[in-house]
Amino acid sequence: MASTIRVRATSSGETTEVQALIQHPMDSGFVKDAKGEVIPPHFIQELTFEYDGKRVFVADWGAAVSKDPYVKFSFKGGKKGDDLKISWVDNKGATDTATAKIQ
Amino acid sequence: MTIVHDGFSATRRVILKGAGAVALVGLGNIPFSLAPAFAAANDKYPEDAFKAKSEADAIKSLYGKTAEPSDKVKLDAPEIAENGAVVPISVSTTLADVTSIAFLVSENPNALAASYKIPAGTMPSVANRLKMAKTSNVIAIVEAGGKLYSATKEVKVTVGGCGG
Repeated sequence: MASTIRVRATSSGETTEVQALIQHPMDSGFVKDAKGEVIPPHFIQELTFEYDGKRVFVADWGAAVSKDPYVKFSFKGGKKGDDLKISWVDNKGATDTATAKIQ
Repeated sequence: MTIVHDGFSATRRVILKGAGAVALVGLGNIPFSLAPAFAAANDKYPEDAFKAKSEADAIKSLYGKTAEPSDKVKLDAPEIAENGAVVPISVSTTLADVTSIAFLVSENPNALAASYKIPAGTMPSVANRLKMAKTSNVIAIVEAGGKLYSATKEVKVTVGGCGG
């Protein structure tokens, strides 16, 4: 399966800017389908970014984060060509992991 | 209490008692060793805070204290969001020693939308996209130096993002 995670990490020398886009339904549990039945909640709860063995950013998400979530942040350091590891886990226990090269 | 004359039987009882005690200690150890794991799990994902209905309850559950408004917290959100399912919202701050940033939407069924941990070395600036059920105040909370600071902005929503 293709990765659900798309990441662009760009180093400007001093800092690295990270933009991540993840494919996930992020169902809130408040929406009904065409038959009027509630679609059960299904959303990413935790998204972690690791660089050089350290967590540089951790997102705790609720169901109010939009479908196919996007997040942007930046951290000090990060060299071009180094790896940034991204992983998420949702409320059903599903996970995905990806590694992106800093550009 | 019966007095046991038979030496063998007494010894046997002692052995059994001893075995029982060991078994009890053994069982007792399991919950103790699991307890920190559970605590760590709670620390990781603040389930209760995300289930809280109002923003006050969510902030209390997440941080255990209240926030004071600060003009050093810059909240960027549209005046009017045509589509409540995707509202781009970002926050940045000039405050030092930021450890976490949280986003809340007052009128959503559960006020807390997202909470970000900001380790040392990461910039106190986050952009994301949130769902909004209807026109509501959006609140950004910044935890800096152990204190909470907030910024609030009203976003008018034309089409709700919670299926209503």
